[in-house]
Amino acid sequence: MALTDQQIAEITRLTSHYRQKSGAAVEALKMVQRTSRWVSDEDLGAVASLLDMSPDSLDGVATFHNLIYRQPVGRHVILVCDSVSCWIMGCRLLGDHLRRQLEVQWGGTTADDRFTLLPVVCLGACDHAPTVMVDEDLHGEVTPAKLDQALEGYR
Amino acid sequence: MAVTLTIDGRAFQVEAGDNLLHACLSLGFNLPYFCWHPALGSVGACRQCAVKQFRDAGDHAGRLVMACMTPVADGMHLSIEDGEAKSFRASVIEWLMTNHPHDCPVCPEGGECHLQDMTVMTGHVRRRYRFHKRTFRNQYLGPFVAHEMNRCIACYRCVRFYRDYAGGQDFDVFASHRYVYFGRAEDGRLENEFSGNLVEICPTGVFTDKPLGRLYARKWDMAGAPSVCVHCGLGCNVTVNARAGHLRRLLNRYHHQINGYFLCDRGRFGHGFADLPERIRQPLRQSHPLTRDATLRHLAGILPAAKPIGIGSPRASLEANFALRQLVGPDRFHLGLAAEEQRLLSLIIDILQKGPAPAATLADAEQADAVLVLGEDLPNTAPRLALALRQATRRQAFAIAGRLGIPSWLDNAVRDAAQQEKSPLFIATLDATRLDNLATAVFRLPDMEVARLGYAIAQAIDDDAPKVSDGSAEFLSQAQVVAQALAEAQRPLIVAGTSSGSRAVIEAAANLAWALCRRGRAAQLSMVVPECDSLGLALMGGGNLAEAFAAVDAGAVDTFIVLENDLYRRAERSAVDACLNRLRHLLVIDHSSHQTAARAEIFLPAADFAESDGTLVNNEGRAQRFFSVRPPSGGIQESWRWLRDMAAVRHEGEPLPWRQLDDVTAACAKALPGLSDITNAAPGAGFRIAGAKIPRQPQRYSGRTALHADRTMHEPKPAEDPDTPLAYSMEGAATKPPPSLIPFVWAPAWNSVQAINKFQQEVGGPLRGGPAGSLLIHRSRQARRTYLGEVPRPFAPRRGRWWIEPLYAIFGSEELSRMSAPIAEILTSPTVALPPADAARLGITEGALVELRLGGEIRRMPATLHPALPPGTGGLLAGTPESIGLILPGWGEIKACEGTP
Amino acid sequence: MTDDAMSRPLTAAIRPGAPPPGIADYRRSGGYLGAAKALREMTPDKVREEVTAAALRGRGGAGFSTGRKWGFLPKPDGGDRYLVVNGDEMEPGTFKDRLLLEGNPHQLIEGVIISAFAVRASHAIIFLRGEYVLAAQRLEVALEEAAAAGLVGQGLFGSGFDLDIQLHSSAGRYICGEETALLTSLEGRRAIPRAKPPFPQTSGLWGCPTVVNNVETLCNVPHIIRHGAAWFRALSRGEDGGTKIYGASGRVRRPGAWELPMGTTVREIIEEHAGGMQDGYRLRGFLPGGASTEFLTAEHLDVAMDFASVEKAGSRLGTGTMVILDDRTCPVGMLQNLEHFFAQESCGWCTPCRDGLPWTERILEAIEDGRGRPEDLDLLAMHVDHLGMGKTFCALAPGAMEPLASGLKYFRADFERHIAEGRCPWR
Ligand SMILES: Cc1cc2nc3c(=O)[nH]c(=O)nc-3n(C[C@H](O)[C@H](O)[C@H](O)COP(=O)(O)O)c2cc1C
Ligand code: SF4
Ligand code: FES
Repeated sequence: MALTDQQIAEITRLTSHYRQKSGAAVEALKMVQRTSRWVSDEDLGAVASLLDMSPDSLDGVATFHNLIYRQPVGRHVILVCDSVSCWIMGCRLLGDHLRRQLEVQWGGTTADDRFTLLPVVCLGACDHAPTVMVDEDLHGEVTPAKLDQALEGYR
Repeated sequence: MAVTLTIDGRAFQVEAGDNLLHACLSLGFNLPYFCWHPALGSVGACRQCAVKQFRDAGDHAGRLVMACMTPVADGMHLSIEDGEAKSFRASVIEWLMTNHPHDCPVCPEGGECHLQDMTVMTGHVRRRYRFHKRTFRNQYLGPFVAHEMNRCIACYRCVRFYRDYAGGQDFDVFASHRYVYFGRAEDGRLENEFSGNLVEICPTGVFTDKPLGRLYARKWDMAGAPSVCVHCGLGCNVTVNARAGHLRRLLNRYHHQINGYFLCDRGRFGHGFADLPERIRQPLRQSHPLTRDATLRHLAGILPAAKPIGIGSPRASLEANFALRQLVGPDRFHLGLAAEEQRLLSLIIDILQKGPAPAATLADAEQADAVLVLGEDLPNTAPRLALALRQATRRQAFAIAGRLGIPSWLDNAVRDAAQQEKSPLFIATLDATRLDNLATAVFRLPDMEVARLGYAIAQAIDDDAPKVSDGSAEFLSQAQVVAQALAEAQRPLIVAGTSSGSRAVIEAAANLAWALCRRGRAAQLSMVVPECDSLGLALMGGGNLAEAFAAVDAGAVDTFIVLENDLYRRAERSAVDACLNRLRHLLVIDHSSHQTAARAEIFLPAADFAESDGTLVNNEGRAQRFFSVRPPSGGIQESWRWLRDMAAVRHEGEPLPWRQLDDVTAACAKALPGLSDITNAAPGAGFRIAGAKIPRQPQRYSGRTALHADRTMHEPKPAEDPDTPLAYSMEGAATKPPPSLIPFVWAPAWNSVQAINKFQQEVGGPLRGGPAGSLLIHRSRQARRTYLGEVPRPFAPRRGRWWIEPLYAIFGSEELSRMSAPIAEILTSPTVALPPADAARLGITEGALVELRLGGEIRRMPATLHPALPPGTGGLLAGTPESIGLILPGWGEIKACEGTP
Repeated sequence: MTDDAMSRPLTAAIRPGAPPPGIADYRRSGGYLGAAKALREMTPDKVREEVTAAALRGRGGAGFSTGRKWGFLPKPDGGDRYLVVNGDEMEPGTFKDRLLLEGNPHQLIEGVIISAFAVRASHAIIFLRGEYVLAAQRLEVALEEAAAAGLVGQGLFGSGFDLDIQLHSSAGRYICGEETALLTSLEGRRAIPRAKPPFPQTSGLWGCPTVVNNVETLCNVPHIIRHGAAWFRALSRGEDGGTKIYGASGRVRRPGAWELPMGTTVREIIEEHAGGMQDGYRLRGFLPGGASTEFLTAEHLDVAMDFASVEKAGSRLGTGTMVILDDRTCPVGMLQNLEHFFAQESCGWCTPCRDGLPWTERILEAIEDGRGRPEDLDLLAMHVDHLGMGKTFCALAPGAMEPLASGLKYFRADFERHIAEGRCPWR
């Protein structure tokens, strides 16, 4: 799947903000990811050439960041905070629950391609620990029951 | 300026501006390090070089600093031996070892591993980490370099060399934290032509020499010899390793004015031609093996009555060429070069001798602050020079950093400060080059236009220079831009050479450099020549091939004695065929087989560069000695010995009274004033250290008896070497030999290539004992003031014809390296390169079969479209079986033809 | 002017759960007056002097004087200069910048305008961590409003000063918050920190002079300019000027963040604002300013939360957001969790951090799982020693060692019990 004209235009717009096009690397990858969910080798190569970067150096950047997905992910990505405040407030139980419920391991994607389960570092909402982010939505004071209910909203 | 440091209570003087690690190593301390490299600078990643710094003599607490990141300062108090510093350094190794697989017994790096050395140096011995190690998948990286990522200690040297220093795009570091991975985005051959340096840059066994892996021996089990690369005209210094008669590998041999720490892959992996299974090891008569006696008897039957001509070779040593010259007499000695090439080489010598601009060493080239390349595709014709120019473009970066107070060795900081800023580099060539992405501007022009551009630039610099009267305004304004950049530089460099076969290009380059000299600039010239002894041969002087052919035609000659040369690479096939057909005797001396050799009446198997010794002259006119690493085997002997034997059976004339190489070298120096300094290229055979020869084999060389156990239980006596001060054994002087005689680098505690530190006057500086080799070209005191040549006429496209120039490939154009197995594996089939628009008009698409008529020759091969080519021009890969026998450049006819490629 | 606005300048306009003030609301409550004053009535140097006099110290963790930091820039030479806002906020236990970003984006924009003017930077970039989606959306809207009102762009406030402000949303990795790694990341490269010197003020983004400041730091600037340095200093109970957004998370009754006078005591924060410990939980210790600060314990409840006092107590103010360890949570487990974070977030550049932190984590894991050995405590101590400041390339690993060093000090008996019993007593 090659980049769409719209994606190309968007990347071009992003690069205009930077003294060198490479400055837009992370944002361009995220932009591709918004439509394709993950960054394929092909897309990475296409983005690299728009940024005047080699695919290797762009991939070096992509693989550095945990929120750039270089493997397919499900329709929704569940990020479970595993940092200290959430840990104190019981995030391990949440993780165990989700793995059982979704029948996946960390990093896995459900058989129906609906969810990918990932741990994430502190979401900056420690006062609402434990926290979970599903796609772009932050959920606080999460319990297994509340989470099950919330996940119903993501088809 | 010198500053005083106190290290563990002792005072030392060091150069201001250095970093502490550099200073400590130069002072001889064994301070461990990984990420730092003298050519790559400091980045502070590995934290291995920690030392204690104290505020003053009264401070006993102090704090740890990374030596490589700390500038020396006057009055500094330091400790290397401090307990905390030592225990921290041991911890660094302990951390690195948490993931290292401890697989030294099966690791090809074992025994010459910097990680092993540093581990021992820090005293870390006991393993306390008891958890899982991380593991990686390895990649296929092509035929040169093997990959074993689990051994990685993440010093980042590989990526810093490959990407930052050598400009490679297809290699990087991926992922993060303890999973950082060094490799390619996907499996595949490393595309950069300096990839082989990873083998030496990597401090452990992640990147290793793949061909060596096929026939492996430990460093200490290989004999070594100092040698000179035979695959281009730059004269990079190399170390050759052999065991049991087989060449195993080639390593960089440090020469601070030439190759420094790095070689190109052609040089490193091109040696395979010497050990081809099909190599001829016995004399042949009409392709049938002959004993030595029978051969000499046969020669005795031919030579006395023959009317011979000797044909020399730019890839043979001066001594071999001189022996041939003595055998046939100076009047009958021909250089084995096409007339035009010979004229170009003589012109270059003339320019370097008589003009005000000296020849640049590669180290000089690296320091040039503005560069113009005229007509040379350097990454393919003189790769190591291209690498030097890559560094030259960083002069601007160092200037920017200097203004911000950033020391030049603080590598990442310099790069961050300078970003994309580069010093001026201009490239005028027919086709695109791999240096283009560094260039301020590129000009795509056929050779005469390249020359005209050079003239126009010279004219813009100096009014007295020849005028380009018919240049367009745009052309002249482009020239003006280049002229300004060159004239603003302190050390401008002009590069040209023989590649495009154009005299005008070379003259233009010389004029330009001279114009700059007149403006008070320290301009230098770098003249690229094709082969390892091109300049030596031209200095020797003699007839050219056309004259030799004419003499045959005239009936004055009936015998060719061809020394290490394939005439089909030098002249049109039809001309060579015609000449050889008329000869009565064709005698060929060579180590490798080729079309000329195939037609020889007598073929004499010559020693290759690794089993003979001799002198080669590089493109700056530096005579350097190469030494054998193995004695010739079978019926093979050195070319000069064959020629001496021929003289002995050729009753008329004097037999050549030579018993060892030094006799030949001395006779050559005596006979030819221009070569009188070649005896100083290296010490002669009588040189001894403490009365002993220098051993080629390291002291730990093992298995000497076992090596021959299938044939005899007794260890054979080591071969004698009457020609050099080196011995084919492990007995001899263990002290440090002079630079030209270093067979391998080793020092107590330093088993890896990094032991070179211990041989340098200061780290990264000249070797102790001064630079190896001796310069033959000296600028005359009365430098010439008049400009050369005349401005060529503009390029005039011709209807239905294309101006075909030779194109070069680092792998494929050079005769010997293309036979080496790992290189042969990646050769691409040759094509005719055409500008897309011209091809379209001819109905030719990419990959379609075309017919090329050039001179009297016809060739069919696929076309490739090169967008950079100017209209009316084309290119053909030089030096391939398909292109040899064609004279380039020249006007060719091209048409589409039937059939599939 | 409400009392609130004068005593809690940063958060007075923030209403939890409600959308942030739009530009009109913001202006109605005096917004952009500081910017107008600075650009119309003051010189850049005067602005810097005022901020220096206000004793504003950086809120990103290191606590460097903001005015002095700005003073390190070279004289303008006509080339580009950058002001970069550090909105990476990824230190576990820290959630103050999000409050400001989501709650009042115009306040940050105004701070950026004034600060950029002070350092003569014509380009400002707000670097936001990728997960702060809501903050990004709200900032985007606010930036559009500001642009429409002519507050960013050319010739601001008729001063001849041009400024563009750009939002950059990242994609994870704590190290991106380290100011030099952040700059490398903005250049489209792997976020590896840079050596200092050269400091960003001389050679920063794209090699240009650059200042990096934390979100909270810059949000203070409009108020300083509007009300003056003396007022700002008077807000504080100690030497460091202004208020501070303090936070508390863990087993307290009302976890949250509050803007309080700089120098408010730990006790007041935990007992009054956070409502004390939850029923059935007792306080065993706390990290005063995020994951990379040293533990303090109940004996430190009366320490004032300002830079000098916390340092005297043996820790750092850091981000000022505390994580509270209760008596029903295993300290070894907590440290394992912390070191897991740091090991995973190491950029992989320098050896001690890249390879030392995973080892530390595994030792803690082994102890926590009942596989600990007595010599493990020595190994942990070795790491504390050898991952200290100056020994690693940047401050990530030293930060990682702060909770561990103090944990070994205050909870040594717990470690020993794990090892002796071969199990975690809390499990
Ligand atoms: C590993 C690491 C992560 C950091 N993360 C942040 C961060 O997320 N936000 C921040 O403002 N400062 C962070 N800092 C501190 C910055 O390097 C820098 O000191 C700060 O942005 C300066 O702003 P200030 O002077 O306004 O405090 C971090 C430092 C380190 C070593
Ligand atoms: S301490 Fe070293 S490895 Fe760790 S984050 Fe800093 S530079 Fe990277
Ligand atoms: S050599 Fe000094 S830190 Fe690596």
